[in-house]
Amino acid sequence: MLEITGHFTADLVLGALLKFGAFVFGFVMVVATLLTWLERKYSALMQNRIGPNRANFGKYTFGGLLHIVADGLKMLIKEDFVPITPNPWMFRLAPLLAFVPALTVFVAIPFGPAPAEGSAFTPFQVAPTNLGMLLVFAITSLNVYGSVLGAWASNNKWSLMGGLRISAQMISYEVAIGLTLVGVFMIYGSLDLYEIVEGQSRMYGGWLPGWGIVFQPFAFVLYLACAIAENKRAPFDVAEAESELTAGYWTEYSAMAFGVLAIAEFVEVVLIGCIGALLFLGGWHIPGLSGDGPFMIALGIGAFLGKVLLLVWLQMTIRWTLPRFRYDQIMKLGWTMLLPAALVNLVVTGVVLAFVDRF
Amino acid sequence: MAKLVDRKDPDLLRQSYVVEITKGVALTSRVFVKNLFGRMFGDGGDTVTVQYPEQQKPYPDRFRGKHRLMERPDGQVRCVACMLCSTACPANCITIVAGEHADVSIEKFPEVFEIDLLKCIYCGFCAEACPCDAIRMDSGRHTLPTVDRRTQHTGKIDLLSLGTQTIAEQGGTFKSDQRHAQFHGEPVVDGAGH
Repeated sequence: MLEITGHFTADLVLGALLKFGAFVFGFVMVVATLLTWLERKYSALMQNRIGPNRANFGKYTFGGLLHIVADGLKMLIKEDFVPITPNPWMFRLAPLLAFVPALTVFVAIPFGPAPAEGSAFTPFQVAPTNLGMLLVFAITSLNVYGSVLGAWASNNKWSLMGGLRISAQMISYEVAIGLTLVGVFMIYGSLDLYEIVEGQSRMYGGWLPGWGIVFQPFAFVLYLACAIAENKRAPFDVAEAESELTAGYWTEYSAMAFGVLAIAEFVEVVLIGCIGALLFLGGWHIPGLSGDGPFMIALGIGAFLGKVLLLVWLQMTIRWTLPRFRYDQIMKLGWTMLLPAALVNLVVTGVVLAFVDRF
Repeated sequence: MAKLVDRKDPDLLRQSYVVEITKGVALTSRVFVKNLFGRMFGDGGDTVTVQYPEQQKPYPDRFRGKHRLMERPDGQVRCVACMLCSTACPANCITIVAGEHADVSIEKFPEVFEIDLLKCIYCGFCAEACPCDAIRMDSGRHTLPTVDRRTQHTGKIDLLSLGTQTIAEQGGTFKSDQRHAQFHGEPVVDGAGH
């Protein structure tokens, strides 16, 4: 691969594009698209009904999978509607601002181990910086703009209500996520996602893997709660609030703009799964197995994807299990309960680390 | 008299919601697995979905569906164009044009009997108002959607095609007069007093 053009910069760009294409279009978008179908079927079977099962190709229904194609086609051929608003370009920009950061953040996510120590060739991570998690935080903060701009530019009461709620909710839970994860950074001594995963591969006592969830179980629960709130998914979905606000800030969007906003939400679901798997569940590390070689690497990547899917399943189940929180409950939760809990977690982690280091 | 209920604040474990979330997730997962394996290998688990229109749930007996015009024993329409149904209709959707009937005891018959199914509210007042059991709403079918409005104006032919004969006796007054005469031993006259 590095010999394709012989120029360092061109190889870097080409390699980055190929890796990004493989990870994002090969895994993330596939999972996000399947999630649109899976959400409907999964929620249906949980509610004693069958989901959509009518889209067919002749007499083959494939369990309703063709609804993905049907939805995509529908979104492409529907009228792209822009309401009477003084900000039509802001209206058109908002779905992009929601979608592009959600996909861009995957440049910082390592999907597998680097085959050689410290080499520049990381086949499973597009941008091997030591910023790591800081880059992730920075890019995901841009998601707020998509929602807020869309809500404001829609020139619509319900969108405005949704936008007000969502702007406050998202920025308050960003604070909580940041403080929650600092405990993990302190334990593994780095912000770099790759080093955090490598730090989790130590086994203690021969059987206990040094995963994030073992050392920071409290932070794992807090992280899940804050991340789901950041993603505006139930039980924190007051922005969409399907039965309260018609569709919140999604109301005026039709056709592909709506599709982009919906897919952006599912991409973020996968992102939360990825970050959770990397920081808390050991990434590509399988407890008890170690070694190099392409087979082990493939197994590790498979394990990582499995962990991501586990967290995605958990988010989806939580969505269809819990009733929606009231908006004041969400804000109270974020500021008066999760933030102090994250700070307490931080203090306790710091104290314990100080003692461990001393002895 | 209000009854005071002692409400205790839930303890911290419950309030942290984690235990409750876990129990909830376990419940929904259990229902999901049961339905999934029921659908794949069994008889559907607990799913209650009816695959309409291949399977249909039966309507109740009093379901007010599409109207039907009833017939006399000789196949003519029972309706005597008395306009009671079109007067009673709250939606003004029945159009009747009366024509003269050759039989003097049946004075009129409807040449045109049209119901605009798009205006009809399926209240059943027309069936209640009719003195001849000429219109009923018990066909058990409901109106199917169409792509243009004209198809939803149901005329006499279509309404009759759903209808059948009815066992109700025509002409209330004459028959009750006849029965009255029979009961009191007076000579029975039929029709218009012949």
